[in-house]
Amino acid sequence: MTSTGISRLFPAVLAVIILALASVAPVAAAEADLAPLVQEFSNRKYDPKVEAIEKLGASGDMRAVAILKALGNRDLYTMKSGDRVVLARETADGMAISDPVTGEDLGTVPEKALQKIRLNNRMRRTISAAIGTLTLMSPDAAIRGDAAESIFLSRDDDDLEVLDAALAKETDPDVKLLMEQARAAIVLENGSPDEDLIAAIAVVKSRGDRDALSVLTGLANGEGPVAEAAKEAVTGIENRLELWGAAQNVFYGLSLGSVLLLAAIGLAITFGVMGVINMAHGEMIMIGAYVTFMVQELIRTSAPWLFDYSLFIALPLAFLIAGLIGMAIEHGVIRFLYGRPLETLLATWGISLILQQAVRTIFGPTNREVGTPDWMSGFFKLGELTLTYNRVYILFFSFAVLALLMLVMRYTAFGLQMRAVTQNRPMAGSMGIRTGWVDKLTFGLGSGIAGIAGVALSQIDNVSPNLGQSYIIDSFMVVVFGGVGNLWGTLVGAMTLGVANKFLEPYAGAVLAKIFVLVFIILFIQKRPRGLFALKGRAVEQ
Amino acid sequence: MSGLLMRSLDRYAVAFFVLLAAVAILVPLANLTLPAGHPLHVSTYAVALVGKYLCYALLALSVDLIWGYVGILSLGHGAFFALGGYAMGMYLMRQIGTRGVYGHPELPDFMVFLDWKELPWFWHGFDQFWFAMIMVVVVPGLLAFVFGWFAFRSRVTGVYLSIITQALTFALMLAFFRNNMGFGGNNGLTDFKDILGFNLQAGTTRAGLFIASAIALGLGFLICRMLVRSRIGQVLIAIRDAESRTRFLGYRVEAYKVFVFTLSAAMAGVAGALYVPQVGIINPSEFAPANSIEVVIWVAVGGRGTLFGPVIGAVLVNYAKTYFTGALPDAWLFALGGLFVFVTLFLPQGIVGAVRQGWGKVSRRKRSGDEPAKPASQAAE
Repeated sequence: MTSTGISRLFPAVLAVIILALASVAPVAAAEADLAPLVQEFSNRKYDPKVEAIEKLGASGDMRAVAILKALGNRDLYTMKSGDRVVLARETADGMAISDPVTGEDLGTVPEKALQKIRLNNRMRRTISAAIGTLTLMSPDAAIRGDAAESIFLSRDDDDLEVLDAALAKETDPDVKLLMEQARAAIVLENGSPDEDLIAAIAVVKSRGDRDALSVLTGLANGEGPVAEAAKEAVTGIENRLELWGAAQNVFYGLSLGSVLLLAAIGLAITFGVMGVINMAHGEMIMIGAYVTFMVQELIRTSAPWLFDYSLFIALPLAFLIAGLIGMAIEHGVIRFLYGRPLETLLATWGISLILQQAVRTIFGPTNREVGTPDWMSGFFKLGELTLTYNRVYILFFSFAVLALLMLVMRYTAFGLQMRAVTQNRPMAGSMGIRTGWVDKLTFGLGSGIAGIAGVALSQIDNVSPNLGQSYIIDSFMVVVFGGVGNLWGTLVGAMTLGVANKFLEPYAGAVLAKIFVLVFIILFIQKRPRGLFALKGRAVEQ
Repeated sequence: MSGLLMRSLDRYAVAFFVLLAAVAILVPLANLTLPAGHPLHVSTYAVALVGKYLCYALLALSVDLIWGYVGILSLGHGAFFALGGYAMGMYLMRQIGTRGVYGHPELPDFMVFLDWKELPWFWHGFDQFWFAMIMVVVVPGLLAFVFGWFAFRSRVTGVYLSIITQALTFALMLAFFRNNMGFGGNNGLTDFKDILGFNLQAGTTRAGLFIASAIALGLGFLICRMLVRSRIGQVLIAIRDAESRTRFLGYRVEAYKVFVFTLSAAMAGVAGALYVPQVGIINPSEFAPANSIEVVIWVAVGGRGTLFGPVIGAVLVNYAKTYFTGALPDAWLFALGGLFVFVTLFLPQGIVGAVRQGWGKVSRRKRSGDEPAKPASQAAE
């Protein structure tokens, strides 16, 4: 336990934090203090080395943590000529050495020129305690918390003494709780009287995460009051984790729902408002994704510093390009087919084949690489939830698009005309609205929104000529399920289907879950042929 | 009944049957009797190809029956076709016996590969030809009956029905792609050896399958023709043109629709069953929604509501597909896509419809130069 204690004690995260802090610590004052202490490590005897370690521990200087860690990992050497203590790292040419205190680069020397500083168990224990003292007593609460956390994970008996000392002085309640949990974990790991153990179990249980679970499961297997208490705690934690798991599923579901929503909003306009079945809708999404690809290519070759803004440049472009293509399709084909929905379906399917093949001919059949800007990559933790930034942004983006669209429909002249034409075409025409032009713009709007969806989806899906195909059936399902001609219905439909899908997945697997959802919609349509939010009134009977 | 049969056999129908019979006899004959170098020799490849077209024609016919005469646009007929194909494929798999790679006496290769110990319940009986043939009709028919019963009873019509039929075939495709469904997953069913004891690779067997396809197409045509010329057919057309009015007149529209939908699905199943031994494989991609939409365009090209049209359309479009995918593979989707647009915009009645119209113009010389009337004031569907 003791020999591996140090390497297990402080994970890389902590080291990074400490190094970052070390760089802003007051350099000049501490430097003078640390360098002679470090030089003590060149001593062949152990006593002076132990003493130096203790002094480093007492120095309160954060840089000492990195030095002690290097010592514990046996990265510190003495030069055979001159006995200088250096930090050495193996490279292809030999050993790259630097000053352990200042970090100053001292060049590269052959391995033979260096002598490793020896450790014994007493030194290791001292190092561990010194690092513990430095971090647990640090003036920064975050460092103290991290130190307590890593002690919880290592559960090393040696840290108990330092921990108790730190606990006595601790004032921050959060850090104090972490330290108590760490102490309890050590107690549990290393045996104590039963009543102490039961108290410790209660403390560890209050953490309620997977790490706590791994501390407790070992104890829960035995007999007696301790095992009983451990078992109870394990069940409690498991229940809590299950709840978090469900919350995670809800997030995945909402994320899938937002993707469906993005894909379906445009369709809700063309299909829901105009009654036009646009089978080429998926291809508009694909075009949006390819616009993103092209914008990024241009940026890569001519203006790399713009890369982080590439999506903001792509959004209006994708809207315009997909919208213009949509208007061209409306002008060239669809306006001749109003009132013949089945023919429209076939013609737009033909257009989708042409667009797919055109993109395949221009860009090739394989996936194209679309990069993710820095601000969209990575993840963050919320309780036990892991949320990736791109999914969170897309979730909010889909809501923003929907809200914007609703505002346009409700408060602009174009929206008013659009609704008028939908409700009563001849009457709208006789009031002086150019119905043909409104149709064209509406179709362009729906297609443009599909293009915007493509920009977002390029971040989470493969950009290939088949991109649109994978969304078309799902988007139709959303619109039909939610109810045609109702944007709220589209929102509810998308989110319901997304969440339902993700909740079925753990039980049935991804494919079967999708099949269940499809079958459910097929049955649902039988029950409510006009969707969740059906338009009421005589229009329905047409 | 015989009166109806006579009514169904007007001179065009007779011409169709004569042509079909000629193809059914001459093509296999030219393949089997003439030597390979002879200018009139038909290669075995061509026999299989034309046999495939005949199956497609039967499939197109089944779509025309519901789309052309009842106005139900099914975008999921490929599912019924594939189900019939799978029923046949299961029979053929069982015929392999110990000749598979693993030589298992009962289990098909893919089941041995998946380490299954016994035959799933739904594979029982498929070693019998008669049972498989019943299933070819019953499975698609039953699915269509249940689906149609639900859909038509709740009056799901128009594009809604199209979209959920598409969802149906999409769901089936996903299901059949799964390995543990017990239908060979991704790879489907293949490596067939023989049918009813005849080697599938033999020229005579292929000729037999070819003739069977021609007969099935002929029978399918006759059934459809008799159906649409009967009183039932009149009601069907009434439903297509004015569904609500027909309902108000006291006809049970749902019953008619379910009946025709089921019949059509069974026909598609038969087409699939004949298709599989000639092509030698059936896999889940047959369920792809794109396939089903392609069938619709065959019907549209030929002319819907004509029964001749779909047969012509299926053969023409598939011949073009064979030609293009060989000569100009990149251009095929452009051509197919363009065909969809062109036919819906400029040839709404299809080839047969256009020919009829042209014929009508010629025979009525007096009326000349009037454009085909656009649907002027159509009540929104």
